Amino acid sequence: MSDLYRIENLRLALADMTAKPLFGPAPRIEILKGLSFGIAKGAVVGIVGGSGSGKSTLGRALVRLLEPSGGSIHFDGTDITHLPEAVLRPLRRRFQMIFQDPMSSLNPRHRVGTLIAEPLRLHRLDAIPDRVARALDHVGLPQNFATRFPHELSGGQRQRVGIARAIALEPDFILADEIVSGLDVSSQAQVLNLLERLVSDLGLTLAFISHDLSVIRRLCQRTLVLHQGRIVEDRPTAELFAAPASAYTRDLLEAIPLPDPSQPWL
Amino acid sequence: MSYLSIRNLSVRLKGGPPLLRRVSLDVGPGEVRGLVGESGAGKSMIGKAVLGILPPSVEVTGGEILLGGTDLLGLPPKDRRRRIGATCALIPQDPLTALNPSHRIEPQITDRLVNILGWTRAAARARARDLLEEVHLPDPERVLRAYPHELSGGMRQRILIASAFAAEPKLIVADEPTTALDVTVQKQILKLIREMQARHGTALVFVTHDLGVVSKVCQHLSVLYAGMVVEDARVADFFAAPRHAYSAALLAATPKYTDPDAGLNPVPDAVIDAVRAEVAAFDAAKARRGAA
Repeated sequence: MSDLYRIENLRLALADMTAKPLFGPAPRIEILKGLSFGIAKGAVVGIVGGSGSGKSTLGRALVRLLEPSGGSIHFDGTDITHLPEAVLRPLRRRFQMIFQDPMSSLNPRHRVGTLIAEPLRLHRLDAIPDRVARALDHVGLPQNFATRFPHELSGGQRQRVGIARAIALEPDFILADEIVSGLDVSSQAQVLNLLERLVSDLGLTLAFISHDLSVIRRLCQRTLVLHQGRIVEDRPTAELFAAPASAYTRDLLEAIPLPDPSQPWL
Repeated sequence: MSYLSIRNLSVRLKGGPPLLRRVSLDVGPGEVRGLVGESGAGKSMIGKAVLGILPPSVEVTGGEILLGGTDLLGLPPKDRRRRIGATCALIPQDPLTALNPSHRIEPQITDRLVNILGWTRAAARARARDLLEEVHLPDPERVLRAYPHELSGGMRQRILIASAFAAEPKLIVADEPTTALDVTVQKQILKLIREMQARHGTALVFVTHDLGVVSKVCQHLSVLYAGMVVEDARVADFFAAPRHAYSAALLAATPKYTDPDAGLNPVPDAVIDAVRAEVAAFDAAKARRGAA
């Protein structure tokens, strides 16, 4: 199977505004320190790491919300590392993102229908009402939700709107950044089951960022573990859980509280 | 003898639906009780009612909150505030919004001690320093002078824990204190809360939606649905065999990394329907009592 994404020696540095002198530029911190990996078409890849490990920065580089400072990103054969926005725009339809907090990523003044239609308009697609209806269907929301506002929905329903927005464009690739960490366990399970179904029904490729290894284990065939801007493990998920190779992965695993009072933990 | 004893507490949205339905629970000194449930189940509402910080749109319609034997709801507002302020504390969810970004750490810990409890500045400062050491923050002097943005999320949460224990409270409400943190930091913070709570013999109400966390931190738990306690159990008994179908479903929804096929099952519709019917039956019975 061919790779949808090909990442070579990816580096990314951001300005550290907390250390900026009054005059002159802020010092730059290297967040990603040379990452290389590929994402096969149709794969579901988990990206895990603690806070500050660079997992969200990597995600944002993949969908080119950030421009890398070194290395290269190839998307379906095209080098998108430094493409200018005008050239990138038509490609953007093909890689979409679902955000962590739907309450802050959805405009509270717009109705759900408008929210889903907005990206479609931006990309000048036709038959927008049909596409919106189809997207709502796919995420299991009734059609009359199109007239509701985000604050009228529960957390799980809002996250479904976030998913509908992304899949309405019929992308090849979706990046999901911590999309279930704000939800309670039951809604978490519903959203994950939905995502699993959409991946197989629509033939999506998915990168799923999370700090929760138990969620990753359920959803992803392959897992990248990031620590301080480097990949410390990149293996099939089952292998990684059976025998974590790096000490950092073991720390992450042991830190998860199992719902079992007899497990020695604290 | 329990320190906090809530009896049949009912709370509703003013002129609207009930939010808590005759909630009863007990927490003894040195005990930890977990409050679990989905979002909107009313678990944070209980903590807010105890601390007297319910939003203005919400009113208590019945019941008692006994703190050390005194019913808080029976006290005049001024006495109630004084009593809560002297004996209770909160560990909030999000350390970044709970700390004032434009003040240094020191006054954020000491102001309450000086202004409300009448300590001297010097005594409050010494206490703050000791506490920061107790929560294992390196270089407390530097931390006292720092602004919140200069510290990491885990450090900020440690400061709030130190601050909660500052006046030796008898009761602490921890409202999802680790949901904003990643797993490795969560573990350190939970360890710290347990250690501090055990050392100081504090009664702790621990609000969370993570049953994994409950199994590690609490001795008792109350499972809530729609503001109703559907199960009140000892932690060991609950995880061995939950009694209520809804709490069993909640446990089944909790992911387990050791078993990829178990967990992450949404609560089945049939279970939701059954527990909703229980809530409806409760409301109907209450309406009948009201009419009689």
